[in-house]
Amino acid sequence: MQAEVIEVIKLLSGNESLALGAYHAGVKVATSYPGTPSTEILKSIALFDDIYAEWSTNEKVAMEVAMGASYAGARSLVSMKHVGLNVAADPFMAISVTGVNAGMVVVCADDPGIHSSQNEQDNRYYAKLAKVPMLEPSDSQDAYELMSYAFNISEKFDTPVLMRTTTRISHSKSVVNVNRGRSVSATPSGFQRNVKKYVMLPGNARIRHPLVEERIAKLATYSETFPLNQIEWGERHLGVVTSGIAYQYAREVFPKASYLKLSMTYPLPQNLIRHFAAQVDKVIVIEELDPFLQENIRSMGIDVAGKEFIPMIGELNPNIVKEASYSAGLLDKTSPLQKTEPAKELPKRPPLLCPGCPHTGAFFVLSSIGQRLKLPGSRNKAPKESTLTITGDIGCYTLATYPPLCAMDTCACMGASIGQAMGMEKAGIGNKVIAVIGDSTFLHSGITPLVNAIYNGGQITVIILDNMTTAMTGHQEHPGTGISAQGKKTKAVKLEHLVKGIGINDIKVVDAFNIKAIRTAIKSSINNPELSVIIIRGSCTVHTPKRSEPLSINPEKCNQCGICLMLGCPAIQREDGHVHIDSTLCVGNACTLCQQICPQQAIVPQSNLEDTNSL
Amino acid sequence: MKKLDILVTGVGGQGVILSSDITVNVAMANGYDVKKTDTLGMAQRGGSVISHVRIGQRVWSPLIKEGEVDLLVAFEKLEAARWAHFLRPGAIAIVNNHALPPQSVNLGEAQYPSDEEITSILRRRSNNIYFVNGTSQAKELGNVRTLNMFMMGCISFFAPFKVHFWKDSISQRMPPATLQINIKAFNQGRRKIRDIHP
Repeated sequence: MQAEVIEVIKLLSGNESLALGAYHAGVKVATSYPGTPSTEILKSIALFDDIYAEWSTNEKVAMEVAMGASYAGARSLVSMKHVGLNVAADPFMAISVTGVNAGMVVVCADDPGIHSSQNEQDNRYYAKLAKVPMLEPSDSQDAYELMSYAFNISEKFDTPVLMRTTTRISHSKSVVNVNRGRSVSATPSGFQRNVKKYVMLPGNARIRHPLVEERIAKLATYSETFPLNQIEWGERHLGVVTSGIAYQYAREVFPKASYLKLSMTYPLPQNLIRHFAAQVDKVIVIEELDPFLQENIRSMGIDVAGKEFIPMIGELNPNIVKEASYSAGLLDKTSPLQKTEPAKELPKRPPLLCPGCPHTGAFFVLSSIGQRLKLPGSRNKAPKESTLTITGDIGCYTLATYPPLCAMDTCACMGASIGQAMGMEKAGIGNKVIAVIGDSTFLHSGITPLVNAIYNGGQITVIILDNMTTAMTGHQEHPGTGISAQGKKTKAVKLEHLVKGIGINDIKVVDAFNIKAIRTAIKSSINNPELSVIIIRGSCTVHTPKRSEPLSINPEKCNQCGICLMLGCPAIQREDGHVHIDSTLCVGNACTLCQQICPQQAIVPQSNLEDTNSL
Repeated sequence: MKKLDILVTGVGGQGVILSSDITVNVAMANGYDVKKTDTLGMAQRGGSVISHVRIGQRVWSPLIKEGEVDLLVAFEKLEAARWAHFLRPGAIAIVNNHALPPQSVNLGEAQYPSDEEITSILRRRSNNIYFVNGTSQAKELGNVRTLNMFMMGCISFFAPFKVHFWKDSISQRMPPATLQINIKAFNQGRRKIRDIHP
């Protein structure tokens, strides 16, 4: 069925373009777990109500749902951030072996520069590892167009296709010529029982492996004529082989060079590369992160430079490419760099927990029980040795690592806090170990380590910070919220029931904005030698804003002790030695944490203060 | 116009991204190629935010090169100084004369730079610096959140696009209930630059 073709010019982010491209390519099932920079792909595609879209509990589940949909004859899309593919690596490797029925595209968005991740990882190697074809867009137009190719390749070659983007592609907006409508292919049939293809018993898997090798060889031939692997001839003294965002930076730095722009970066078009290399005096590779293209091209016996001068660490930008090329002698000395060093010693501005954040109270209590708080000005008084070890996890709350809270000691990957806490306790650390994990992260991969802890006699305390959303990635729904990705009401998983169901006896549910209750709960759990869980619940202030009359500090009562500053609330500021509350930031009655901890009772609603003044 | 590279900076929650979104829409409506990209940290609020806006006949990189920004628009003073080295020599800087001290300053571990220091950092690249009281004017208007519209009014003075394009684009993005106050803030920003522009 071919829908009407409307040609429109739109300004779209890479993620929006991938979603629209997939929609127009007839995708029927889309799955994902939120993760920067990939989140907006599913968010955009969920807006189309003629497809099924879900936030899955984690990337592995998302991959398996997409796999099932493909087997059953529906084109499917699964999207995730780079580390999400680590979680989903098992089914990803599996579907490479079984192949697909209807087309299946796996989008993974890498994060060079570690804008919002725990590591810098080049997922292009996953294509090689899983022996699946890989496409890489260099802007939103490419992202839109490549999606339709990706589904066709998937069906033609019986393989999942890896679409690899990076933060700068996913989150940049550029002009897209939208030249198709939605067309749903009628070709694939429904699920047909075929145990040799779909049941990977060793005997069957042995039959599939040679087919996978044949497939990658056929794809290498296809890659030679893939329409978006393009040579753009310029001057022949320099030829640049590049892909993705690096192509755009290279065009800025070498406006006159010849280009081989690769959109299919695995398997590589060997003949095309040889043809290009033979017609230029010098070939270089400009690519972000690891020398993936360079190593593969070198293994073809072509001597190319690249990572000798282009950094392997961090996100590239036109400046870095220009300076690197300059130092490698590739740029004319007459094009000087116009540079001033960045101003030194300016105070940094790391992100903070928001005013009214439901995590702040819990960390303030952990910080004070663990003797980590350091009053402003008490620089020389080192805090006593900490009596708590706090393993942390992935979410906004990881920001509690920073001063003044300093209330997190580890953060590795999704769900790791609970397993780490267990390991520390069993290693005989001495300190009480507390694992802190958010609701969405707990549901993603915190359940199995908690089951492990109860099974193996763990004595840790697990704090689940339940803000009833996936906050850091922009407030996505999750199983605990009872609302689907497409806004439909569904069954909510109750955390306390879940935790009770696996056999934990000591479970407390506490209001996130009640310091006293949080302190009582944590102290009681610490003293209990059993495994305990505390659910600290309060909705995210950005997601469900509850602004009320802001609080204010009565200057007559305030003795500038600075304890309120220990919350790390951005609304509480100190200027010229005086602490005040920024009324445009304070959420007032929805929080009151500072009011609860002020020893002078100097913090009151703003109007109370104005009344006193007018008396 | 050959090209216009705008760097919009501020603090998470100030509305930097909405104003750069509207700016690229206006440029696109005028037939230019555009790219824009935002760099923000991992949280919802409070961190440094930078938005690169590129307008031209053909734009390649979404990131602007250091030393090639034509217009720096800072919603907060410290953020103006932080990105000053991106300015092309002699380019324009519009700085909202408002300080949001970072946590390290509140905790007494760092010093917020003085106005003189900020000005001298900017002057290393350009003398075309316009300080505006965007936050206080937005507050006077009745909603501090209209700061982004005020700053966009300032941008509009230096961009070669007719005013109705800006107003159309604003009305497409803002809910009808707040449209009037947002347009007012935009007009005030535009007027402010007109008044102080030599």
